[in-house]
Amino acid sequence: MNFFLTIILDGLIQASWLFIVALGLTLVFGVLKILNIAHGSFYALGAYIAATVVTMVAARSLPPSVGFVAMLLSVALIASAVGLLLERGLLKMFYGRDEVVLLLVTYAVFLILEDVTKLIWGVNPIYATQPYELFGNIEFAGLYYVGYDLVLIPISAVIGFAIWFGLNRTVIGKIVLAVIHNEEMSVSMGVRVNRVYAIAFAFGVLLAALAGALTAPKISMQPGLSSDVIILSFAIVVIGGLGSVEGAAVGAILVGLARAASVHLMPQAELFMIYLIMAAVLMFRPEGLFKREMARRI
Amino acid sequence: MDHFRRTNRALIVASVAAMSLLMATPASAQDTFKLGIVTFLSGPAADSFGVPARNGAQFVIDQLNKGSVPSPYEKVGFGGMKVEPVIIDENGGATKQVQELRNLYQRDNVDVVLGYISSGDCLAVAPIAEELKKMLVLMDCGTPRIFEEAKYNYVFRTAAHATMDNVGLVRYMKAKNIKMDTLSAINQDYAWGQDSRADFVAAAQQLYPNVKVQTDLLPKFGAGQYGTEISALVGAGSDVVYSSLWGGDLQAFVLQSAPRGLPKRSQLVFSAADHVLPPLGDKMPDGTIIGARGSYGLMSQKSPLNDWLFKGYEATNGVYPVQAAYRITQSILGLKAAVEKAMSKNGGKKPSTDEMVAAMTGLEWPSPGGLIQMKLADGHQAIQPIAFSRTKYNPDLKRVDLIDIQYFAAECVNPPPGVKSIEWIKGGMQGAKCN
Repeated sequence: MNFFLTIILDGLIQASWLFIVALGLTLVFGVLKILNIAHGSFYALGAYIAATVVTMVAARSLPPSVGFVAMLLSVALIASAVGLLLERGLLKMFYGRDEVVLLLVTYAVFLILEDVTKLIWGVNPIYATQPYELFGNIEFAGLYYVGYDLVLIPISAVIGFAIWFGLNRTVIGKIVLAVIHNEEMSVSMGVRVNRVYAIAFAFGVLLAALAGALTAPKISMQPGLSSDVIILSFAIVVIGGLGSVEGAAVGAILVGLARAASVHLMPQAELFMIYLIMAAVLMFRPEGLFKREMARRI
Repeated sequence: MDHFRRTNRALIVASVAAMSLLMATPASAQDTFKLGIVTFLSGPAADSFGVPARNGAQFVIDQLNKGSVPSPYEKVGFGGMKVEPVIIDENGGATKQVQELRNLYQRDNVDVVLGYISSGDCLAVAPIAEELKKMLVLMDCGTPRIFEEAKYNYVFRTAAHATMDNVGLVRYMKAKNIKMDTLSAINQDYAWGQDSRADFVAAAQQLYPNVKVQTDLLPKFGAGQYGTEISALVGAGSDVVYSSLWGGDLQAFVLQSAPRGLPKRSQLVFSAADHVLPPLGDKMPDGTIIGARGSYGLMSQKSPLNDWLFKGYEATNGVYPVQAAYRITQSILGLKAAVEKAMSKNGGKKPSTDEMVAAMTGLEWPSPGGLIQMKLADGHQAIQPIAFSRTKYNPDLKRVDLIDIQYFAAECVNPPPGVKSIEWIKGGMQGAKCN
């Protein structure tokens, strides 16, 4: 019994991190129809900014809780600004072009941001572990878990619920959904689509950066951080269905649990398991588990 | 008019004579030795290996050009020729490195290429140097496969391969009476991790015949998060957890496993961990058994050559040298020894590639990490001594000290000539000289 509880808990910890990253990716695709390759770079950006802020706070002998709050606030601020700047300054020039063009543009942004992070933070691994000890250790199923890892589960659930609620139960969310369903009709009804695009993209960047910031205290930040994340989050949104919040949640849980079960039961098949799930889902539901229903234009 | 003609003719004759004299003069001030150096300047391996190697190369070349290296390397440069480095980034994959190697030889006209950290890159570039008939000195790369699966005339490796790290580690554990009835392992899922794991498990089965392998994990390179793996390792509760992780991966693994009690439940043994001690500091659990892929850094033995490198590198870079700096130093010093040996046979001229290759084959030379001997692969593959130790954080110096250091002779931990590493281990490591 303990063994299965361990798998479930390990899987959920993994899923909580993956969910936040994938959520941003799926939101940007849902609204702007952009497969954002640069998403992993925003994750890395968040992680690097978090490490810098945490180190600065620790250098002033302030408690780790201050560092934790400061890192989240600064990442939110900087990521939103970067998101808005990129969308207004670059992406909007390519709207209406072929999807491949936008894919290439985001790939270019990915390459540029890779070099920018190297330019600012260098190639040496950076880490800032102070917040990792913030919530102590907890014994569960006969094993010690770091409280910080467990706290990520409710944090990701709250973020996921907030996005779902915002999209489905608020006026702004309904406007966004209207844009997703029919952009032309939304424009004719007086919706400022460009503003929706900018906010959605900034939100996507913010979520990726937030996931990076939340992960930063337990990893070593170094070049190459972004490419691993982007592959996993693409797998999740493909499993869940591009553009679906519920799909991202289910996809992240499936991948997290599959990965945990594989490490415990069949370590050699760990990477294969993720792609096996993806292939199995796509075989029966080519557009993912939660295909968004689209209104048919007449 | 005749006078001018005669004067001009005399000048031309004098110039030609002077040039002939210059050409006949033993290599000295007029020649430089162009050395292509390839190491990671970016990417995940840059901080742990590439940049320390680059810093080491720059320090050594600077010292050689000034004639400031202790005996027997006091002669300026390579036999009087100033060394001119051309440094290239190893990041970007094997295909790119093959192209860069051709560029170094054919466009930059380097005399020798020296470098490479990644096993994948070494495996890719060695056949190209052979095809071009140009000298290539590999300074690192862990995989034994380079010379065990192919034969090269123009390629050398001036450092021992990974078998030494794992055989030595198991010998150290045996010497220190480490209990190992059960063993778990975590290694990166690529050539280095897989080869290291195979060597360690095989060596463990020789010296600990009853050992039982429990959890055997191969996460992908650069995984970064090891929560599930740590659960599996803690859950297994093995006597020993072995790993060949390195760089940021090793740092992340240590940072995540310490608060979860893994170092308290199992003895951690890391085959190549010296380079993460400066950044980890007090985060590295006391009592961890580590190797440095040689007798390097804090585990190096006192000698004028070692004092010169350790103190000089530390003064220049603000941090003490770790394995990569030692490996490139021994590589450059070995090449210098080969060049000067070739020059002593050709009357002091700048040696040809074939003359350098002949001189380096089977060569032996002292290095800061001990004597390097090109004893394997028909004189193309080095063996060297190695050290292992335990970690102990020193709060006064705010650094991890290494205690309980034990040294192993090169012929105790490396296979003899003509035997494949894994076959040598599985055959009971016959012929090992451990006194």
